[in-house]
Amino acid sequence: MKTNSLFNIFTTGIFKENPIFVLFLGMCPALGVTTSVTNAIGMGVGVIFVLLMSNVIISLIRNIVMEEIRIPVFIVIIASLVTLLEMFMKAYTLDLYNSMKVFIPLITVNCIILGRAEAFASKNGPVKSAVDGVGMGIGFMIGLLAISFFRELLGTGAIMGVQIIPVAFTIPIFTTAVGAFLTLGVLTGVMMVYQNYKKDNKEKLEKAQEAKSEVA
Amino acid sequence: MDLYVIFMGAALVNNIILTQFLGICPFLGVSKKSDQAIGMGAAVTFVIFIASVLAYCIYSFILVPFEIEYMQTIAFILVIASLVQFVEMVLKKYSPALYKSLGVFLPLITTNCAVLGTANNVITKEFDLIQTMIYSLGISIGFTLVMYIFSTIRERLEQAPVSRSFNGNPIALITAAIMALAFFGLGGLV
Repeated sequence: MKTNSLFNIFTTGIFKENPIFVLFLGMCPALGVTTSVTNAIGMGVGVIFVLLMSNVIISLIRNIVMEEIRIPVFIVIIASLVTLLEMFMKAYTLDLYNSMKVFIPLITVNCIILGRAEAFASKNGPVKSAVDGVGMGIGFMIGLLAISFFRELLGTGAIMGVQIIPVAFTIPIFTTAVGAFLTLGVLTGVMMVYQNYKKDNKEKLEKAQEAKSEVA
Repeated sequence: MDLYVIFMGAALVNNIILTQFLGICPFLGVSKKSDQAIGMGAAVTFVIFIASVLAYCIYSFILVPFEIEYMQTIAFILVIASLVQFVEMVLKKYSPALYKSLGVFLPLITTNCAVLGTANNVITKEFDLIQTMIYSLGISIGFTLVMYIFSTIRERLEQAPVSRSFNGNPIALITAAIMALAFFGLGGLV
């Protein structure tokens, strides 16, 4: 079947099952760290790393681990990877580490990682799982970037330190919780508008074709 | 620090969902019906309270004396995972109806960031045992309260003529934004 090809697995994570806009997984960091684009990139890269490693490791041990204790085993593997990431960030990117401190240990409980381990890596081989991990991770990062772009632009008027909108015209509330919920809500809404539009077009096309074949 | 300030701060001013962005998954996932929201709130309250107290004890009596603070995340998540398993077993035995309606979201309490987040907060804020108890109680009451309010609003939203694309999660998120705005007003309490 074609749906199993590696490329399809890869793009599924980015578009069709985008973790943020479609699956609604990993919402907490998506709202918490998206005050600036820099943070979003840091978080995105961190999640891609953990997701890739955890997917590969879990798919390698999937036949050894007993069914009943798989969740604790998975979560310990993920927690170790996150601890690794935390130490690494503390050593090399201290500024980034400080600006998203609370949320790094919380990558452990990011639903998307355990979710993929359970739904994909525990059923598929290591290569497919790696591809799925990277695809999902990139999809997640795209979501983070989209949210943080609007929040940083509207809230502070700058993108990565470059002032675009004069400070007098910014809307500071976008950097707070209110802006986070609002941005995500509107963005998902707009995504749905596009998807519904595509669906309607497809239905129309199908109907037209049916009518044609009936006439014929 | 005044215990009252800690409690009010945790429950309302720094509400875990609306200002700290933790526990969003159950907030969006299990808030379609108010009785489900209360059930989830109760389960989470229990887990957060016990987990924070245990986390505090493990941190100060095991991790610090042995100087292995970097094991924090792994140790805490194990405590939480076993607690959730325990709650699951109890609910399955004594309240099968609630167990069924909570469904997949019950094991997901393990990955509820609110639980690990609170445990971590207790450590970074350097609370003592009493403060830890009050703080975690405040957090979980705040969680249940917001879940309940949000679920009743969503019950009404079901009847409302929302445009097709914004129906469901998008309008729920926008509602959450307005709720967060309202909770800003509580900032003056402490």
